[in-house]
Amino acid sequence: MSEILKTRQALTGNEAFAYAMKQINPDVVAAYPITPATEIVQIFSKYVADGEVDTEFVAVESEHSAMSACIGASAAGARVMTGTSSQGLALMHEMLYIASALRLPIVLAEVNRALSAPINIHCDHSDTMGSRDSGWIQIYCENANEGYHSLIQAVKIAETVNLPVMVTLDGFIISHGMEVVETLDTDVVRQYLGKRKPMYNVLDYENPIMVGPLDLPDYYFEHKRQQIEAMRKAKAVIEEVITDYNKRFCFDFPVFAEAYRMEDAEYAILVMSSAAGTMKEAVDIMREKGEKVGLVRLKVFRPFPFEVLQELFKNVKAIGVMDRADSVNTMGGPVFNEVRSALYDLNSRPRIMNFVFGLGGRDFPLSDALYIINRVKELKEGKSLDFVEYVGVRE
Amino acid sequence: MKKKGWKELPEGGIIKNVPTSQELKTGSWRTQKPVWDPNKCTNCFLCWLYCPDSAIILKEVNGEPKVSGINYDYCKGCGVCAEVCPPKVKAIHMEKEEL
Amino acid sequence: MADNFSISLKELAKRNKGLASGHRACAGCPFPAIIRMTLSASDYPVVVANATGCMEVTTSIFPFGAWPVPWIHSAFENVAATISGVEAAYKALVRKGEIPSDKKVKFIAFGGDGGTYDIGLQALSGAVERGHNFLYILYDNEGYMNTGIQRSSSTPYGASTTTSPVGKVLPGKLQHKKPIVDIMAAHGMPYVAQASVSHWNDYVKKVRKALSIEGPTFIAVYSPCVPGWGYPENKSIEVAKIAVETGFWPLYEVENGYYKINYRPRNPLPIEEFLKSQVRFAHLLNHPEAIEEIKRFIEGRWKFLEFMEKRREIEGIKEDV
Repeated sequence: MSEILKTRQALTGNEAFAYAMKQINPDVVAAYPITPATEIVQIFSKYVADGEVDTEFVAVESEHSAMSACIGASAAGARVMTGTSSQGLALMHEMLYIASALRLPIVLAEVNRALSAPINIHCDHSDTMGSRDSGWIQIYCENANEGYHSLIQAVKIAETVNLPVMVTLDGFIISHGMEVVETLDTDVVRQYLGKRKPMYNVLDYENPIMVGPLDLPDYYFEHKRQQIEAMRKAKAVIEEVITDYNKRFCFDFPVFAEAYRMEDAEYAILVMSSAAGTMKEAVDIMREKGEKVGLVRLKVFRPFPFEVLQELFKNVKAIGVMDRADSVNTMGGPVFNEVRSALYDLNSRPRIMNFVFGLGGRDFPLSDALYIINRVKELKEGKSLDFVEYVGVRE
Repeated sequence: MKKKGWKELPEGGIIKNVPTSQELKTGSWRTQKPVWDPNKCTNCFLCWLYCPDSAIILKEVNGEPKVSGINYDYCKGCGVCAEVCPPKVKAIHMEKEEL
Repeated sequence: MADNFSISLKELAKRNKGLASGHRACAGCPFPAIIRMTLSASDYPVVVANATGCMEVTTSIFPFGAWPVPWIHSAFENVAATISGVEAAYKALVRKGEIPSDKKVKFIAFGGDGGTYDIGLQALSGAVERGHNFLYILYDNEGYMNTGIQRSSSTPYGASTTTSPVGKVLPGKLQHKKPIVDIMAAHGMPYVAQASVSHWNDYVKKVRKALSIEGPTFIAVYSPCVPGWGYPENKSIEVAKIAVETGFWPLYEVENGYYKINYRPRNPLPIEEFLKSQVRFAHLLNHPEAIEEIKRFIEGRWKFLEFMEKRREIEGIKEDV
């Protein structure tokens, strides 16, 4: 393997996202600012102003127009990226479904922030969870380094399977926190990505097509089934792209989920994004005490990697699934409900409960992490507990 | 016409090789039909311009377009052609459609 | 207007570019003629974006597409944003050398009054402010027709629609029409115009002029609706003509802020001629005060246009700016 030059830089999550975008050098970026993702657009605008990218930057007047312009540009064969959070993602909601159904490989840098009301600019997962059925691939990153590399991988994944991808980082916690990011050289990134080969192109006036027609009940189901098939195929594509990326550039990124001390685990925690850092520390403390506890950090939420989770949890007696969002359905959060459903048929029938934490940027200290592990231990020991517990809220 | 299954349709819901609407013969909509008199027609092209259904047939004669008839496969019988034909020409009149 | 934008009907017929037959627009609907005029008038290949509405729905029922040019529809309120994206991609790819720069393509967005005056106004305003190179054509049928004739901010005062129906207490729509062309002119756009499907020569010249301009341009073209307005299906062009001849729908253009009235009816018909031609206004014929209100509004519009046109005179501007 030839020498791949990596540069260690101190970057915040937003800077890492923006830097990756610069290296990717998309044809079009149509974006609107929103806290805490604003910086991505600002930093990128400076790259444009300094001529460091060839991107056509469209400073749209709303997020709905941002995704609309991204759709138009992507349908015209361009490589397109954007970024947003929270209300912005919610405002482009109808367009997310359209982007996916039109099979456009748009890549969105998402900074997780709670949805209003009350208006809150801090981290939770309600925004991207709110779009989990839109047909977008969703990759939740633990830290700025993973975010940088995942954004680059996302372009390749999107253009191979022809589905849009959102890569997320926790708002403020990661987006504004400075960490070490190992960046690749710009020409390495560009060579790795190559040129986009669009599935169709509305600029090809010699071979005109119509994009976005109306379907009556005699065709809609078939078109949806095709989209579902694409999301199924996405699993193999994601596996292939990340494995290849790791091999090429000497990295060790997990594909769908990161297993931490799961080899002999009797009970386990499932968590996503930055809270995994705190949870890993808590797992280490419990392991010191002789507890056989492990952790799974779920990274790819869409497509939902149920096969991987079934394998990881097949010998575990109890699982605590952590959610940084609640579905307001009296049954906890989205991750819990999907994990539980995925594991329902396991012969071992692990007991599974939900811990909702960190809503609206509520701090998640080590004490809460240890509390959760102890609760799951009680669950393993046969104690009868509720479906869901809210950790860190004042009663 | 047998409808295609999801494995055969073009992906992304796009319509290729447009236009493809000609398969729908909208002529079945009408209850009256236009009758064109070639002897009166002055080839002003107003009927061609305003026909909603592109049912005024043009043919090329010596490199110039000329009105040559009405495409009854698609004519919805709206009567706009008869309306816009100049009053001094009146080359199109409407007749009741034989159902 | 300088005559180098003129084009004969015969030349348009030679080009013969319009919707294919087999689409599902109502019998007698005038927007297919508008499309034919637009596509045939263009000297360049075009890419069309369509807002959700009658035009989009009737011409794109899968798998029966009636458009002979590349076409994209994404949603209702965003045709201006969608075409902005297509245009941005084109600019980027030309700049990167992936599309030859001599292959000029024109971008046209079609929207109804629903998708333009109301839900689509933000996206239109944004696209115009950013200066994208596209022509926006508003086919104005004065209501949300595709969903069954609901009022829009384009619906004229007194018109009966399903959401502003004539009832025992209310007399139809209570608000006057929003002056969309002047709103767009106030953006400082290079070119906006108001035209009518009935006056094809004026319309195609405006289209050709708009397409010759780099930057955002806007044309509102009057497009009567058979079921929505209530008149026999062979009368769409006639109704549009009466609208122009009564002064109800003036034909004018605004180039870089300078107004010009293109047509002054020599013997203007009384407004009643327009109102009595359509069922949506029929109830007004017994309400002289409503008719007076409409006349007052139209007179006010013409006074405004005459006043704005004086700017050329005052500043000593000749024919074309």
